[in-house]
Amino acid sequence: MIWVDQVIQGVLLGGYYALIACGLSFMYGVMRIINLAHGSLAILAAFMLFVLADRYDISPFLGLLIVLPAMAAIGWGLHRAILRRSQAGGFLLPILSTFGLSIVIDNLLFQGFGADTRSLAPYIGSLSYDSWTITDEISVGQLAAGTFGVAVLLLGGLQLFLSRTPLGRAIRAVAEDPDTVGLVGIDARRVSAIASAIALVAVGIAGAALAMRATFDPYAGAPQLIFAFEATVIGGAGSLWGTLLGGVVLGVAQSLGAQVIPQGFLIGGHAVFLAILLARLYRGGFRLPRWRAA
Amino acid sequence: MNIERWTPTSRAAVGVAAAVLLALAAGPSFMDANAVDKLTTLFIYVILGVTWNALAGYSGLISIGQQAFFGLGGYFAVRLVDAGMSVYPALLLAAAIVGLIALPVSVFMLRLRAGEFAIGMWVVAELAHLLVNLDGLVQGETGTSLIALDAYAAETRHAVTYWSALAAMSALLVALFALLRSRTGIAIQSIRDDEEAAGSLGVRVLATKRVIFVLAAFGAAMAGALWLATAITFQPKTYFSVQWTAYSIFMVLVGGLGTFEGPILGAVVFFAIEAWFGDAGVWYLVGLGATALLFSLYLPRGLWGWLQDRTGLRVLFVGYRVKPGIPAPPVVTPVTI
Repeated sequence: MIWVDQVIQGVLLGGYYALIACGLSFMYGVMRIINLAHGSLAILAAFMLFVLADRYDISPFLGLLIVLPAMAAIGWGLHRAILRRSQAGGFLLPILSTFGLSIVIDNLLFQGFGADTRSLAPYIGSLSYDSWTITDEISVGQLAAGTFGVAVLLLGGLQLFLSRTPLGRAIRAVAEDPDTVGLVGIDARRVSAIASAIALVAVGIAGAALAMRATFDPYAGAPQLIFAFEATVIGGAGSLWGTLLGGVVLGVAQSLGAQVIPQGFLIGGHAVFLAILLARLYRGGFRLPRWRAA
Repeated sequence: MNIERWTPTSRAAVGVAAAVLLALAAGPSFMDANAVDKLTTLFIYVILGVTWNALAGYSGLISIGQQAFFGLGGYFAVRLVDAGMSVYPALLLAAAIVGLIALPVSVFMLRLRAGEFAIGMWVVAELAHLLVNLDGLVQGETGTSLIALDAYAAETRHAVTYWSALAAMSALLVALFALLRSRTGIAIQSIRDDEEAAGSLGVRVLATKRVIFVLAAFGAAMAGALWLATAITFQPKTYFSVQWTAYSIFMVLVGGLGTFEGPILGAVVFFAIEAWFGDAGVWYLVGLGATALLFSLYLPRGLWGWLQDRTGLRVLFVGYRVKPGIPAPPVVTPVTI
């Protein structure tokens, strides 16, 4: 029974991983940029929510109304100030510049908030520990289930947006060929800046989920980046369900790994990631998925 | 058209470099212990910067996971010494073992490109860290010490570590210089410039990348093992920290990505900045990140690349160039009909 429970908890944890992977795979899918500041930006959002809740007594859910637009603005600015410029210099530079940015964000957060670990759990009432009891040994946390639901909604919403709306179509066109879209009257820079803003809204939501379900500190961004990357790669199918599946596989692998040996949580996740990567390489090449119309 | 591979400047530069290395070798006889220690650190930084640049600047492979090899270098040195090996040979053997481990790692990591490779290597580093923590000898994050170093008098220890670092740095610089000027070197740079075109011209892309990957892993491991000899303690968290890669990136970006001399200059700059601002703590790290960010945006070829572009200066140069002063062949104008 303990194993069943571990699998269920792993699946729910996978909802969070799908959520954190969403912004990363969206930005990669439409801009071909792996944003190494991804995890740090999620932690930045978490700290913004923390400040609003701690100093101004604003519930984290209301706080999202402030933080998500702020993240969108940061995403827009990120594209204007950094991504656009570094992308023009070839494929190496965006990796280096976003890595530099992550060091700046992490250490500024450390300067501002110190090494203490924080959590939004105290500010969301009983939601942080409420659960539904399924059997004597299995219960499902409401927050974890909610996170899973949000992940499905966000991934599904983004997929619908990309395939059904004019702006989504423009984003896909820019992803396909940024030079040619100008001929049909699409401003590729503007569209990319919007896509970057959307990606960072997703990052903000993931940061909120992390901060509610666990603790975080200024240097917690790096593991989030790695989990997001692993979920994206494991998923691999190039659509919403791929990313969700990737998150779930990662979550279950970690959960079962922890059941085998105490240090197995992270080892399980990394090992499954590498195994899947290896398997896929030998089935002929591997590329991260592009987002396509469903 | 006359192509030259040596210029009077580059001949003189190699002579000067050799003289500097020889002078440095005499260092411990006239410098105090503090200076010897500081220079040892500088040599380790040069090793890190130069090998990271070989990977990124010459093969277009940006790794955020070189700390995997740095940490494993330290770890295997601890293991070998625990098994009864003498300390200094153990450092070299540890690096060689890590170079061997890098071979199978390269089999799948090299299939990844750009950002995928970058974070993929980071995952490898995390996994290496977790696995090393499982070894009882290391005692988890508590770490262990290289007590065997007590067998040496403090002064001897500093001097021998210094010479080891100097020898490792010199050997890696010479090996890399020779490699980049060889046929493989041309292949490496053609892959960086356009992987598909290079492949279609018959360059063995994977095999060529593997040479550099293993060399860079060996270099990082050598740096880690030497760091262990200077720091004596081995704490996995410190050795497997992404900080080492961040430092390498800083040195290479500031010095000059894809230039031979750049990372050496970058290491000296980093060394100086650390000496002056290292006490500033977090702001120092913010400054490092911001500088790397600004260089990547506004001066992506770094100080040395900027100097080269402005002056045409080539000091230790690994490429080819058309001899100046000899008229270029006539340009064939296409006939318009």
